[in-house]
Amino acid sequence: MSKFLEVKNLSVSFPTEDGLVKASNDVSYSVDRGETLAIVGESGSGKSVSNLAIMGLHNAAIAQISGSAWLNLPDGPVDVISAPAEQVRRLRGKVMSMIFQDPMSSLHPYYSVGNQIAEAWSLYNDGSKRDGMARAAEMLDLVGIPSAKDRVKDFPHQFSGGMRQRVMIAMALVNNPSLLIADEPTTALDVTVQSQILKLIQEIQKEFNMAVILITHDLGVVAEVADRVCVMYGGKIVENAGIDEIFYKSQHPYTIGLLDSIPRVDKLGSHRLKAIPGQPPSLIGLPTGCAFAPRCEFVSEVAGSQCTTQDPELAEKTSDHFARCFLQPEQISTLTGRKASAK
Amino acid sequence: MLKYISRRLLYTVILLLLVSLSIFYIFDLIPVDPARLICSKQCTTALVEANRHRLGLDVSVFEQWWRFIQGLFHGRNYGEGGIKDIYCGAPSFGYSFNRHACVSTVMAAAFPITLSLTIGAFVLWLSVGISLGILAARKKGKFADRASTAFVLIGTSLPTFITGIMVVLFIVLKFHLVNPLELGNWQNPFTNPLGWLRTFFFPCATLAIAYAATYTRFTRSNILEISSEDYIRTARAKGLSEKVILRKHTLRAALAPIVTIAGLDFAGLLGGAIITEGIFSLSGLGRLSIKAVTQTYDLPIIVATTLVGSTFVVVMNLIVDVAYAYIDPRVRTA
Repeated sequence: MSKFLEVKNLSVSFPTEDGLVKASNDVSYSVDRGETLAIVGESGSGKSVSNLAIMGLHNAAIAQISGSAWLNLPDGPVDVISAPAEQVRRLRGKVMSMIFQDPMSSLHPYYSVGNQIAEAWSLYNDGSKRDGMARAAEMLDLVGIPSAKDRVKDFPHQFSGGMRQRVMIAMALVNNPSLLIADEPTTALDVTVQSQILKLIQEIQKEFNMAVILITHDLGVVAEVADRVCVMYGGKIVENAGIDEIFYKSQHPYTIGLLDSIPRVDKLGSHRLKAIPGQPPSLIGLPTGCAFAPRCEFVSEVAGSQCTTQDPELAEKTSDHFARCFLQPEQISTLTGRKASAK
Repeated sequence: MLKYISRRLLYTVILLLLVSLSIFYIFDLIPVDPARLICSKQCTTALVEANRHRLGLDVSVFEQWWRFIQGLFHGRNYGEGGIKDIYCGAPSFGYSFNRHACVSTVMAAAFPITLSLTIGAFVLWLSVGISLGILAARKKGKFADRASTAFVLIGTSLPTFITGIMVVLFIVLKFHLVNPLELGNWQNPFTNPLGWLRTFFFPCATLAIAYAATYTRFTRSNILEISSEDYIRTARAKGLSEKVILRKHTLRAALAPIVTIAGLDFAGLLGGAIITEGIFSLSGLGRLSIKAVTQTYDLPIIVATTLVGSTFVVVMNLIVDVAYAYIDPRVRTA
């Protein structure tokens, strides 16, 4: 049984003067309706790039895209990577929608929010402008904008950041899509507003039985909403597992490092936050070997200098838990155990 | 909005009063005495003084200005103590002793020429500039873009007096597309549209070239800048076609600033296009004022043309601001 979205070996690169930037390298993941997949990583790890490719939002003249991304639609599966641009355009906003990081700049400043939502609606529905505005008011009400009927004619600058993100969500969902890609939807918002927006996305997901891909660098957000997590590093997926597996049985030193760098309220004492030393790699001419090796604290644990000469495969370490590392689960648990007792 | 407009109108009136007053003071500083200038060869001090009285220059500068302002509303008698009194009805901008005519009459003859020249050029440069700019932005890096860049470079670097002379040389003298005797004849565009086109098309085109080049560049860069805005990506994510995105989303935002500069450029030219009018011997406001300044020291003409020119600029500013509030909702509520 295949899932609603199946991404297989998706690579996106951009030729530049300095060389080929492999922004997203051989990425595979899948997400089903009603499920939330979180894609986690630092800036420049290739989180957004693969999803923009699924939406068909890369400039075809610049981006080099290979691999496939199948949408299992009722009338047969479609590979949005190889499908003609016009066909993909007709899926955008209807079957798959996307919301972006910065709600301040994602709405057109010259059109009222109702107008912008109605425009998305009228693309796929017959109806007058008034019907569109009525539908827009309905959507604004659904996403929790108070007195939506009166605010439908207001302009984006008359809304706060959180409210604008709600407008974006209303616009993305107006045609009842099956897949919502949320690209860091809460990064630009206050913490209190963040959780409201996340809760809203979750509620709506339940109501419409949507597949949700949540792109974020915030593991707190991930813990709150995700069913499954892909951790990305240097344009590749380094770990892919269910939410509990990721948080309690991480199999990749990078994920372990990320989790260690979160401030914890439950760990009393005045220990310093642990940072991962070094910088994320440049995506131009990645070195041979594991991309994380230069920053990995467990490199010496692997026999020979395998980490720097050979790139590990993304292998199934335990049931349905994939990681791109030479270390075996037993080794990882001994190493993390030794680390914990050393504190 | 109404309150805003009326406040701006009040400022406009105050500004124009100050502009006119400064013109009188500046003219007073010029080391030329009009009273002596119109004096015949057997000039005596008494004659000069009589002339000065006749010209209305024997009172303080402020008094001169004040009489001018009164004349605007009530009309005025000129040449007191002369052979005969001359009356110019309201609105009287003064009397040109040099041309033996009320300034308002002189202006009324010159203004339609400048106005039709400006409107013709305006339409030309807007349509050429904006469409070329859109084309260049859509075909960025391709041949059309490079060709338009070449046009922009040539258009902006060629001064009007060169293009104008080239046009006269080739169109009129070499290819005889226009009868040289017809050049500079005023034709009413409403009663004789073809005649107007014959005399005015080439002057309009000459005037429009440099502007069209600037507007091409401006449109192109604005479209490219707006195209990379987040809200254009949003429009694309909605599933809109590229055509609708360009027409409804990109152009709306990219052309808004053009309203501002177009309004001001238009107003600036209404004061007179000195070089173009000179080359094509069109007797518009530009030629009128340059002659009054450099040859005849005709104060009433200078005051009137300057004042009319600055009125256009100030009023157009107001119109642009009001128009902008309708275009950009963010300005409306501010």
